[in-house]
Amino acid sequence: MKEIIRAAIVIGRRDLTAIIFSKAFILFLLGPLFPVIVAVAAGSLGGQIAKDADKPMVGVLMQADEAAKLVSVRNELSEQLGDGWYPELKAIGAPDSAGAKSPREYLTDKKNNLVAVVSGTLEKPVITATKTEADRNDDEIANLISYAVNGQSTQMPKPQIEIVVKSASGAKKGQQVTGQLAQVIMYFLTVLLTGMVLSNLVEEKSNKIIEILAASIPIESVFIGKLFAMLIMSLIGLTIWIGTGLGIFSLVVAEIPAGAIPAPAVGWPIFLILGIIYFTMTYLMLGALFLGIGAMAATVREVQTLSMPVTMVQLIIFFFAAYTVTQLDKPIEKIAAIFPFSSPFAMIARSAQVPTLWHHGVAVIGQIFFTILLLRIGVILFKRNVMKSGSGGKVKDEGGKRKLFGLIPVGR
Amino acid sequence: MANAIEARGLVKEFDGFRAVDGVDLNIPEGSIFGILGPNGAGKTTMLRTLLGIIDPDAGSRTLLGSAKPISQSRIVGYLPEERGLYQSMRAVDTIAFMGALRGMALKEAREKGRVLMEEAGLGYAADRQIKQLSKGMAQTVQLIGTIVHDPKLIVLDEPFSGLDALNQAKLERMIRAQADRGVTVIFSTHVIAHAERLCESIAIIAKGKISFNGLVSAARDRLRPQVHLETENLDGPWRSALPGDCRAQGNWWHFTLPETGVEPLLTALVEGKAGVRSLSIERPGLHDAFVAIAGEQVAAEMDQPLAEEL
Repeated sequence: MKEIIRAAIVIGRRDLTAIIFSKAFILFLLGPLFPVIVAVAAGSLGGQIAKDADKPMVGVLMQADEAAKLVSVRNELSEQLGDGWYPELKAIGAPDSAGAKSPREYLTDKKNNLVAVVSGTLEKPVITATKTEADRNDDEIANLISYAVNGQSTQMPKPQIEIVVKSASGAKKGQQVTGQLAQVIMYFLTVLLTGMVLSNLVEEKSNKIIEILAASIPIESVFIGKLFAMLIMSLIGLTIWIGTGLGIFSLVVAEIPAGAIPAPAVGWPIFLILGIIYFTMTYLMLGALFLGIGAMAATVREVQTLSMPVTMVQLIIFFFAAYTVTQLDKPIEKIAAIFPFSSPFAMIARSAQVPTLWHHGVAVIGQIFFTILLLRIGVILFKRNVMKSGSGGKVKDEGGKRKLFGLIPVGR
Repeated sequence: MANAIEARGLVKEFDGFRAVDGVDLNIPEGSIFGILGPNGAGKTTMLRTLLGIIDPDAGSRTLLGSAKPISQSRIVGYLPEERGLYQSMRAVDTIAFMGALRGMALKEAREKGRVLMEEAGLGYAADRQIKQLSKGMAQTVQLIGTIVHDPKLIVLDEPFSGLDALNQAKLERMIRAQADRGVTVIFSTHVIAHAERLCESIAIIAKGKISFNGLVSAARDRLRPQVHLETENLDGPWRSALPGDCRAQGNWWHFTLPETGVEPLLTALVEGKAGVRSLSIERPGLHDAFVAIAGEQVAAEMDQPLAEEL
């Protein structure tokens, strides 16, 4: 055991140094910036598009006093109901003024940019528009004219508003959201890291270093060293991200409003500790699985072929665990908590909703045993399937058909 | 003398193909031992099984007295046939890493790596990345990494392949130097000449089976020496004294040395007035012994890569 740990440290130290001092690590650190940049850019672009988009404008071709009244009513109502409720009105002149045109002419004149023209009088209005625009705007225009004609007060009674921090239903919902948020973060980080572990092993196989490692130290050490190097790298990344995020947040927002983020049932400190533990466990389990698969595959192409369905299965497991967040204490939630691959996701969501702690001890012990089992299976498969000939692990064709991953026979 | 490696009934199969087929092997400590066989004979799989990189399907093996070969890795050096190094790593760090894998402290391994690189004439390249080195230099770095921890047993899988004549000679010197220190050196090769120059003992392997395991001299002794005789006369009563396998070639006569030795023959030649111009007795080479042991076909497979290399 001592030798396994010593050798794992040698491997882990090499991998960690190679990663930390590589350009890829800087990209990894900048990783979370990309979705933020995309979101900000998309939001700002969307806002600009919305701003720039032509708002539907309805021309009012009435006597000046009637037109002014109608526009005034529209503005008053919009203040209370919101700007998007009614189409914008624009007085385009009086019908008997010099140079006045017919409603159709106003509509077809592109510089006016009108979707409809209201003409006639308030008592007998006429809407000129295409059928689509007439259908879209006639009710709103009729409503405005009605207010203008009847002269009723457009001031609506303002109910007294009393804001509460949380309700029972809101707190439960909030804790579910907290749990789901933790699941999403864990999932994406795990997918990213397991992919990196797999690439690392494939690189080692393509570099043909794996045979030197396998001849020098137990394969368990290779697997453990690689897993923990990537884990430490991710924890360094997390520390930098959280530190930077908190720094920026404290600069931008002086104080987090109470209740803005729903507190998990176990409390924030324990929730964060459990989050790190469950992230570690889910990463170790999936990493061990990926290492086993990566070790079996003889070529980079085989690894790529296999990583796709495994990623899909990962996604299904994540969705399964995410679904059970709202099914607390139901059988399906318990299955998710017991099934090793979904267990960390289900348990972190549970910690957001249930204050009991001993469940987590049992779950973590189970997950540790399952990780060890996966590592053992990976080592056995590695020894059985890898290094089949003098060509660096390529499968020998003599005497039998070639097998994909050493399991599925394939022809040439 | 104790054996560095012993194997009994070793079997390793891949997908129904028997790469190693019931191998019995003894490799004496302190010797230079060659494993000869054509490509695909099972040399690499046998070495990997002996070193514990892969487990055998049947049979047993001990390496430096242990049935768990990987437990002896601190006193074993291994150069695989497929050379592999981290391309972005510095040469001296590569050696240090390989030493650390075998239990050395990183600092100590780095310092020793620098010394060994200086000795190999590569001191100037110690801080260069592997990708900045030539293929020969990278192979030398890997070889230094194989011996940096002063192993008692060095296993080299096809160490001469890919090396030019100069580097092959360097490698031969290194192997001899290690053997002089009492280190057991095992190497596999498909080039008989290397084994003939370096080895005291060999194993011949073909199709996963060992057909010979013993001293090179014992392999040669399996064949009788060849006699090459030149006479002035082509005919006479002395001809009846020539052995049955004698082949004539002008004034030359070639035949296997009779069990009775050369003296009765010489007497018959002199008395029969054959006019002996020259007579030489040639001890068979390892190649001839190999042909006799493994067969013409296997020998032809061995010779082909040799011709390509030359």
